[in-house]
Amino acid sequence: MSALNIQHVFKRHGALETVSDVSMKVEAGERVALLGHNGAGKTTIIKMILGLMPITQGEIQILGGQPGHAAARKQTGFLPESVAFHGSLTGREQLHHFARLKSTSLKQADDLLERVGLGHAADRKIRTYSKGMRQRVGLAQVVLGQPKIAILDEPTSGLDPVSRHEFYDIVEEMAHNGAAVLLSSHALTELELRTDRIAILSKGKLVANDSLSQLRQQACLPIRFKVTATDETIESVNKELGGERVNGRSVELTCGPEDKIGVLSAITALGPVVKDVDVTPASLEQLYRHYSQSTHGES
Amino acid sequence: MSILTIAKLELLIARRNLWVATAIILMALFNVVLTIAGNAPSGVLGASPMTIALTSITTLSVYLIPLIALLLSFDAIAGEAERGTLTLGLSYPLSRGEILVGKFLAHMAVLAIAIGIGLALTTVLIVSRHGVSAIEWLPLLRIYATSLALGATFIGLGYTISSLVPQTGAASGVAIALWLIAVVLYDLGLLGALVADTGGYFSKVIFPWALVANPADAFRLLNMPSQSVNMLATGVGAAGGVSGVVGQLASLLLWPFAAIAFALIAFRKVQP
Repeated sequence: MSALNIQHVFKRHGALETVSDVSMKVEAGERVALLGHNGAGKTTIIKMILGLMPITQGEIQILGGQPGHAAARKQTGFLPESVAFHGSLTGREQLHHFARLKSTSLKQADDLLERVGLGHAADRKIRTYSKGMRQRVGLAQVVLGQPKIAILDEPTSGLDPVSRHEFYDIVEEMAHNGAAVLLSSHALTELELRTDRIAILSKGKLVANDSLSQLRQQACLPIRFKVTATDETIESVNKELGGERVNGRSVELTCGPEDKIGVLSAITALGPVVKDVDVTPASLEQLYRHYSQSTHGES
Repeated sequence: MSILTIAKLELLIARRNLWVATAIILMALFNVVLTIAGNAPSGVLGASPMTIALTSITTLSVYLIPLIALLLSFDAIAGEAERGTLTLGLSYPLSRGEILVGKFLAHMAVLAIAIGIGLALTTVLIVSRHGVSAIEWLPLLRIYATSLALGATFIGLGYTISSLVPQTGAASGVAIALWLIAVVLYDLGLLGALVADTGGYFSKVIFPWALVANPADAFRLLNMPSQSVNMLATGVGAAGGVSGVVGQLASLLLWPFAAIAFALIAFRKVQP
């Protein structure tokens, strides 16, 4: 049984279809990123999963039951987009409140405040917190009570790079403890190494759903090489390899994934003339653009 | 259990937002002023000091209690929706009914404390001037219980507004409009109809029930001793007779439940 199973789900508001025929699964211990531009339907899907919004057509099973059923809600951690709290409460009061509602110990709440780096600010009013600190309170309440499924809507917006790193450490720990994690994002680069699978939504349709390496292979996006030589030798390198001169001593060339090894051996064949080589596979940004533009027909 | 957790948090928020202090100061201030002001001419009218004080307090409470109740409640759902705390709150393992009842308990506690302190001050003032024998427990208890019922009604109606109107600004406007209609315009409308009708079917049959159907009027009638009612317009006096204490009590007992039921229906329809 999948922790989360979405089957042919549609959402319509009158004539407007915001989610069309989305099917996907998230297994226990798996981290899945839901990517999409603003208005692609990410938040709508999340609200349907949580039972906060009725489903027009199709079915969602969360932890073996209907969205919003009591047992599922008890085992779900949710971080809404741009999370907010009552400003006149302190971080500790707010988290203790959530711990009581989830029937977990207040001790766990206190430990989590330390874990997300809010130990020093726990007794200050949330009104005085920065956006990043509020996001940390939000993350702490997700982890409360060891959820079996964590749903995070734009979790890293407003976090600085170091905080993002710490954030993904906590996500990894949750997944390691057996939680299914579904997170939506449009901050792409950080996801590359930190998720098991990537699902791309475009205009309410799921246009891709696979691991990053599989997506790269399917998309056949070019690999970029940057070969650096010296001022004197760059001319001959350029003649040998083709490509384009970029500055005084570098050449840039691209090739399809299948020619990668061939190009690499051609470069190494040049011997000591080559000072440096950079090989860059298609970035997630390029992949994302590729998949969300070629929407029609495939799914 | 979840209900008490919500109530505890809401009470903490109400304290931090100075709502508790504001409600207490308002009730205490007005009760003290009315008790002292009503004390001077007591000998002339021949009514007991307690009756005079409670009559003035009743007249004021009809306006003040619905106002405080609406101010406490109009923000309850709309405010959370606007701040963005509602989505997260609704994803937690508790029902919307539990959330609403939790908030209700907290806001009722604020009212109960404020009204209780006000009445206690009145009692202390009367005892200090006329001795312990001047205390009349029944009217005191009656005004306390009916004040809470009146407050509960308007807290429930405030939640209903707060669920139906998602912006706090608009919700506050609708709440003030409701207050104006319930405590001022409704009576004016009835009196106008009474004058136009001049003793016909409306005055004899419909009017008394229409009057007690408004919880604010039922509250006023229940707490006005008969001699002061007689001093009011004849129509209002007659109403006390026709619909009777039963009608007034039924109105004040049913309204809180009806208001909470409305609030629950409206809150269930809210989509975060």
